[in-house]
Amino acid sequence: MAYKQYVLICGGTGCESNKSDTIYKNFLSLLEKENLQSDVQVLKTGCFGFCEQGPIVKVLPDESFYVQVKPEDAEGIVNEHLIKGRPVSNLLYNKEQSKEFAKVDDIEFYQKQFRVVLRNCGFINPEDINEYIARDGYAALEKALFEMSPDDIIEELKISGLRGRGGAGFPTWRKWAFSKAVESDVKYIVCNADEGDPGAYMDRSVLEGDPHSVLEAMTIAAKAVGATKGFIYVRAEYPLAIHRLKVAIKQSREMGLLGEDIMGSGFSFDIEIRLGAGAFVCGEETALLASIEGSRGTPRPRPPFPAVKGLWGKPTVINNVETLANIPVIITRGGKWFSGIGTETSKGTKVFALTGKINNSGLVEVPMGTPLRDIVFNIGGGIPNGKKFKAVQTGGPSGGVITEEYLDTPIDYENLQKLGSIMGSGGMIVMDEDDCMVNVAKFYLGFTVDESCGKCSPCRIGGRKLYNLLDKISKGNGTMEDLETIKEIGHTMQKASLCGLGQTAPNPVLSTMRYFEDEYKAHIIDKTCPTGKCVDLVTYTIISDKCIGCGLCARRCPVNAISGEKKQPHLIDQTKCIKCGECYAACKFSAIEKK
Amino acid sequence: MAKMTLEQLRKLREEKKKQLDMRDPDNKQIHIVVGMGTSGIAAGAKDTLDAFLRCIENRGLTNVAVRQVGSFGLDYAEPTVEVVMPDMPRVIYGKVTPDVAEKIVLEHIIGKKLVENHVYDRPAADIVDKE
Repeated sequence: MAYKQYVLICGGTGCESNKSDTIYKNFLSLLEKENLQSDVQVLKTGCFGFCEQGPIVKVLPDESFYVQVKPEDAEGIVNEHLIKGRPVSNLLYNKEQSKEFAKVDDIEFYQKQFRVVLRNCGFINPEDINEYIARDGYAALEKALFEMSPDDIIEELKISGLRGRGGAGFPTWRKWAFSKAVESDVKYIVCNADEGDPGAYMDRSVLEGDPHSVLEAMTIAAKAVGATKGFIYVRAEYPLAIHRLKVAIKQSREMGLLGEDIMGSGFSFDIEIRLGAGAFVCGEETALLASIEGSRGTPRPRPPFPAVKGLWGKPTVINNVETLANIPVIITRGGKWFSGIGTETSKGTKVFALTGKINNSGLVEVPMGTPLRDIVFNIGGGIPNGKKFKAVQTGGPSGGVITEEYLDTPIDYENLQKLGSIMGSGGMIVMDEDDCMVNVAKFYLGFTVDESCGKCSPCRIGGRKLYNLLDKISKGNGTMEDLETIKEIGHTMQKASLCGLGQTAPNPVLSTMRYFEDEYKAHIIDKTCPTGKCVDLVTYTIISDKCIGCGLCARRCPVNAISGEKKQPHLIDQTKCIKCGECYAACKFSAIEKK
Repeated sequence: MAKMTLEQLRKLREEKKKQLDMRDPDNKQIHIVVGMGTSGIAAGAKDTLDAFLRCIENRGLTNVAVRQVGSFGLDYAEPTVEVVMPDMPRVIYGKVTPDVAEKIVLEHIIGKKLVENHVYDRPAADIVDKE
């Protein structure tokens, strides 16, 4: 007997950390109590993408979209919605949707999205291979094994125009063709799941919500280039993704979709998981390979490229998670279908992790060529608290900022590069008027300096020098010559560094200098930070006319720098003040000035 | 689980697809809305709901969504069911026993003809959508 209703609960890392697992268990036990377990199917899916509103619970067939659900809300949903058929209106995303046909499609966040990579995330139970199979899973593998030659597969990819989603945008078919052309007794397929950009989590979500799509794609790649062994290099910080991958690998091995003689085709391929310790440089392909081999994760000069000489000197295809997740769809629906999406040079869709000063943060998948404005203002719902938009950082620490005047640029690999940024893995951090660009650049450089492996001097020394210069500027000690030095070091690093980490490390500072020169000058010439983010340039003073002497600021001050009699204007001792801003936030009478 | 051949995988996919289709809200233009208020349940609406699901499954209809709502207010005619589909007026059926449910699927949804003896009035105007 079929189920009458379905409860889909988000099981992504974000919602899981907000107790979605408890919600899931509550549903199960409540339904058992009401003896409804054969009528209602409860399942945990991958990420729905709308992380801002998590944990999310979706009830089908009504399509009610419950947001910010707490474990105790399960009872109300079971009693009211599942038993009595009345949606719990105060939990619905759009409160007016309490009427009968509440549609997920009505939510603006989803309207402009187009889901190819995330097609199964939030819809299937990722720990059940049957659900993936029901969504045409492993149909592409069938086709690749029984109906297509390796050249056919590569040709299909060529038609599709798919380019690497790890950042650089190298045509995927070409990488595969290089590997195929090399004669070798052993070849490898490696999935790069070492997602390290601050603010990016699309690869994690694909692994958590749809792990089989990656396994299927790797097997197809193996058939195309003649590989027998695959590795998924995933960082140990992603325990849920690792767990789901293990379950998926086990299930597909048991069904004979992985391992010896797949589906009786005579083709054999198996996959192992390798855990990374969370070093940013290990996302760079040659460093990643060194790490799999058991050495320290440092890059080596290319060529030879891994496609020709990779793991243990053998030809190795390395693709990023998102790239791979596209491949089964390309094989089943055809390269031509895929190339119909996107722009002239960038085909298909791109998943962005939208975070920062934005109302609807979450995972967003849009066709290539969608203007940034659509992503930030329509899907993302704009900037919170009525603040003004300042910039978007794309590509994480390897990218740069895009300012208001370029918001209408269609996003693709080339356009972003022209603006001095990059696509990168797809992290997108929105900044508002309160963010200081010097501070932002300093933050990213701090990250890349920490993560530099130290093998080549442009990156090791150049990065540190750049950081020190920015630190000097942010403390009000910078000179105009420093700006020239930054440019000089930056350009040298771009040319001379060994790998992508060093080559792109100066991007955030160069790009913020390009668009926000005034802000740098304010720090250097006027010795002020216009947004007040650089603590060394800020002073807090009490305006004695406005102070009523309530003493709240003095009580909040962690270092007892504020003194004064009751009902008398207080005073801040500048030598003691650590500029934490607690007093500024606490004062109810706007009596504290920040300058 | 034993290793599968190509044929077995294809068979499994077809089978699982049907199950998943029941859950997929897209492409479902036809809605059967069963009133599951207290009076409806007392009059046997649960059996009616089961009958609909069984019948839809047996006929292999994939574009029909069966949903449950509270009472329509037509308590004298429970169990009550509303059918919404393109090219047909929205109709509320009353006294829908499992037999009638089957008739509705065959005649209304497949045959596109009203099941005459069971059509009841629409609910009061103030709770109807302004169309």
